[in-house]
Amino acid sequence: MRTIDVQVLTDTTARLLVDANYRIPPDILSALRAAALAEESDIGRQTLAHVVRNYEVAEAEQLPVCQDSGVTVVLLETGQDVHWTGGSIEQAIFAGIRQGTSNGYLRMSVVGDPLARLTPAGSPPGVIHYDIVDGEGVRLTVASKGFGAENMSALRMFAPADGSGAVKDFVVETVDRAGANACPPVIVGVGVGGTFEKAALLAKKAVLRPIDQRHPRAETAALEAELLKRINDLGVGPQGLGGTVTALAVNVEVYPTHIAGLPVAVNIGCHSNRRTSIAL
Amino acid sequence: MLEDRTSLALSAGEEVRVSGELITIRDATAKRLLDIAASGQTLPVDLTGRVLYAVGPSPAKPGQIVGSAGPTTIERFIAYLPFLFRSGVRGVVAKGELHGDIVSAFRDAGAVYLAAIGGLGALLGKQVVAAEIVAFPELGPEALQKFTVRDFPAVVIIDRQGGNFHETARARWRRSQSS
Repeated sequence: MRTIDVQVLTDTTARLLVDANYRIPPDILSALRAAALAEESDIGRQTLAHVVRNYEVAEAEQLPVCQDSGVTVVLLETGQDVHWTGGSIEQAIFAGIRQGTSNGYLRMSVVGDPLARLTPAGSPPGVIHYDIVDGEGVRLTVASKGFGAENMSALRMFAPADGSGAVKDFVVETVDRAGANACPPVIVGVGVGGTFEKAALLAKKAVLRPIDQRHPRAETAALEAELLKRINDLGVGPQGLGGTVTALAVNVEVYPTHIAGLPVAVNIGCHSNRRTSIAL
Repeated sequence: MLEDRTSLALSAGEEVRVSGELITIRDATAKRLLDIAASGQTLPVDLTGRVLYAVGPSPAKPGQIVGSAGPTTIERFIAYLPFLFRSGVRGVVAKGELHGDIVSAFRDAGAVYLAAIGGLGALLGKQVVAAEIVAFPELGPEALQKFTVRDFPAVVIIDRQGGNFHETARARWRRSQSS
């Protein structure tokens, strides 16, 4: 049994949130640098050069890369042999989100009541997902999900007869419809299988996976490659100004589902796709 | 102010640098303005000939004029644009796409849509050389502000001839789907 004080969650969440907003993930920055050379359209290459420069300046001067610091999404993976003490895990993470937002001069972009559009004191400042795993390990991932891309995400419950062709078309059409709104070049997270909510969570985890790692299963990796090619043939290009780089990567996650179903969720990440992750 | 002769000369796909005053707008700002107009009151700012900037900046760090300040998605303002055009607005700076009837609304109003690069907040914040809250300070990042910008980079998306650069650019670069 390992004992950890929840204060660690507050401190680490606050620190990772600021880091994520000042410095985009290195795998994404190198993909953007490569895209700035590979993009075939002139305006697309120029746009990508601006985007790379924005990230270099933000890191050097410690500024938020984007004014939309998004909804903070925290993934807490905790070993079943960890005993958390010192208070509520949830409240500790929420306190970390509030501290990071304030310390980092980040915009609080969350409204407490989605219908009344008002924020009562103490309302949750972000979204937390928990995974219980074997052992004593803990991993904390903090992501800032901007809503330009989040708003263009989609989920559909297909029938088994629709098959993989319909699934692929749905992913490509979702990115096409998202167009410039999602701040391309985008990162596309796809969740296939499970249930309604499992597919969405798979898509979220897929979009937060490093983009320089293909799926370990060969057929899923092939699906990722095929979808990326089709998406980059759409012509949307950087910021929708036309070109050959619409997405930097397509990450797919797959899970068993019902014999009567084929849920598919597509979560789109903008070109910053801010995330940081640490083992505690 | 955007002069008629200036906006008439803009054509879809053209890269421009904007210098002058922009009025900031967000979802909550637009709703407040519409509610004020609907109740027969005078708007807190005269929008005649004005160019709007769809932005909700992050808080300024000490020594900054504004924090990060890139564009937000124009699609969310479709419901407000006809009212804003009637109030005199002649240009919008934002990001993202517009299709369908709203494109002709720009032409009918003699207005243009310029896209700034989304996700360029740190750089674009530096092009704001002065900022002043004009109304609704209680809305925080959605307060109505007057930004003075210098050499602010943008691309003309919808021009006064009805051109829509997002559509022509995509059509030019689209390859047939081979599946």
